[in-house]
Amino acid sequence: MTRQASISLSAVGVPRVPALSLDTVWFQVAGTLCNLRCRHCFVSCSPTNRSHDYMTRESVREYLREAEEMGVRDFYFTGGEPFLHRDLVGILEDALRVGPSSVLTNGTLITPERARTLAALERESRYALELRVSLDGLTAAMNDPIRGEGTFEETVRGLRALAEAGFLPIVTAAQTWNDAADARLRDEFHSFLRHEGIARPRVKILPLFRIGREEGRSRGYAPTEFLTEEHMRGYDPWLLQCSNSRMVTSRGVYVCPILIDAPDALLAPTLRESMKPFPLGHGACHTCWETGASCRN
Amino acid sequence: MVTPAIVRGGDLEGGLAFFGGPYNNHLALRAAIDDARARGAARLFCLGDLGGFGPNPGKIYPLLQEDEVFTIAGNYDRSLAERLSDCGCGYTHPDDNRYAQLSFDYTNRRTTDAERAWLAALPEQAAFERGGRRYLLCHGSPRRTNEFLWESASSDAFLVRLAREAGADTILCTHTGIPWQRLLPGGARVINVGAVGRPANDGRTEVWYAWLPPDSDAAEFVPVPYDHEALAREMEEERLPAPFVETVRTGWWTTCLEILPAKERARGRH
Repeated sequence: MTRQASISLSAVGVPRVPALSLDTVWFQVAGTLCNLRCRHCFVSCSPTNRSHDYMTRESVREYLREAEEMGVRDFYFTGGEPFLHRDLVGILEDALRVGPSSVLTNGTLITPERARTLAALERESRYALELRVSLDGLTAAMNDPIRGEGTFEETVRGLRALAEAGFLPIVTAAQTWNDAADARLRDEFHSFLRHEGIARPRVKILPLFRIGREEGRSRGYAPTEFLTEEHMRGYDPWLLQCSNSRMVTSRGVYVCPILIDAPDALLAPTLRESMKPFPLGHGACHTCWETGASCRN
Repeated sequence: MVTPAIVRGGDLEGGLAFFGGPYNNHLALRAAIDDARARGAARLFCLGDLGGFGPNPGKIYPLLQEDEVFTIAGNYDRSLAERLSDCGCGYTHPDDNRYAQLSFDYTNRRTTDAERAWLAALPEQAAFERGGRRYLLCHGSPRRTNEFLWESASSDAFLVRLAREAGADTILCTHTGIPWQRLLPGGARVINVGAVGRPANDGRTEVWYAWLPPDSDAAEFVPVPYDHEALAREMEEERLPAPFVETVRTGWWTTCLEILPAKERARGRH
């Protein structure tokens, strides 16, 4: 049964989500630095975007310690591209001592050697190490216009390396198609991945967030795509990840992995201080509410 | 937080048997009860999710009632009692939800009003003292009925916090279908008792339950053979999905796989 909790209203009628529990901590470990420049990136990552910088291993360690004291369940590492971070394997070693960890990557930097290093780390850990690879199409023609020339081949090569090292990678695709095509594309992803030698494909389809670079690719949020009191009536706040997770970047603790470019989403320098209600005033909040999206696996 | 039903009695110091979700598998539940009785069980407990997956839901109730199995409600039981439209298992992937819906619709259609009333009266959690420890029985986790506590996806820190918040020295839970236990730093223990309704994705056709011997606070996991071929035939007669039947015959999960963390998934075949 659900713990009793409710959404309260701020003075201006924007619903606020309570901070119920720190279950998951995200790390923007590579900041907004990425070797790719995907056209739908909601945080506009690129090789030159330093609005959030690399996190040091020591800084990540301090947050791991604080999170452990607070009874955290699991960790996620993202960027930018986490494998641009030269200490990533060391950081994962630190994290796996505390709890299950997932890495979100574009897969282009995963060599067979790197995959074997990660697999050894996974075998030695009693906690899960999940590798999540973004791929936005079944062909170069579908994927590359979004993620960049040549990225399809490079990502598939990375996926194969992970599979050969013994991983069951999760492939994530942003939903750049309409709802009606969802089931068909999911099946096609499965067959495609099997054909590529990934025996037990795991596919997660993520909604688009109409902020960052995606705003220019498709459109931004309409005035009707914001949450009001009405949306939240009878809604279980546990379903929103902002009630039970936080995102840490080089600049401090944010409410969620999506809103790190929003000044009001920077909550505090520490996890403990960040556990306070947040006004769901962004279009992206509407997307999470509408799609039931969670950035978790 | 939920207020658990308090269980009392000197016999709680004896051997105790804990059954995870029976999922309509009346033959396996019968065999598990008989196995526990043969071990001299002082008390039998069931941690909920009576329906789903297997055939002919009505056959589970007499077993629990006549054998005095102390039963708490799972998400499935709550959904049936409240006439909700789905099982509330908490899956997030459409492939998992598709098969979950098939078995829920099947069970829901065959559940009588009297059975719904019986389910509605089940406590959500239970607690007792034994050997100076406080045991908490829940379905998923102490804070959410449909929370999955997987071995590889639950940190020590998290489980310690759950136990502390629930005021428990030992948490007994089910919901995931795979048995495991862990003694935590500080002395608390989590025991996921597995499920008696479905094999544990280990390539064995037996089901598992948790046995707490007298004078011990560590569980033993007991494999229970049963006439799984008879169950498979009954499922076929009821026209339940072929992948469910395959699981009964092989011991490998074929559906609701997407919720599994990588380690647990990798141990299976599919």
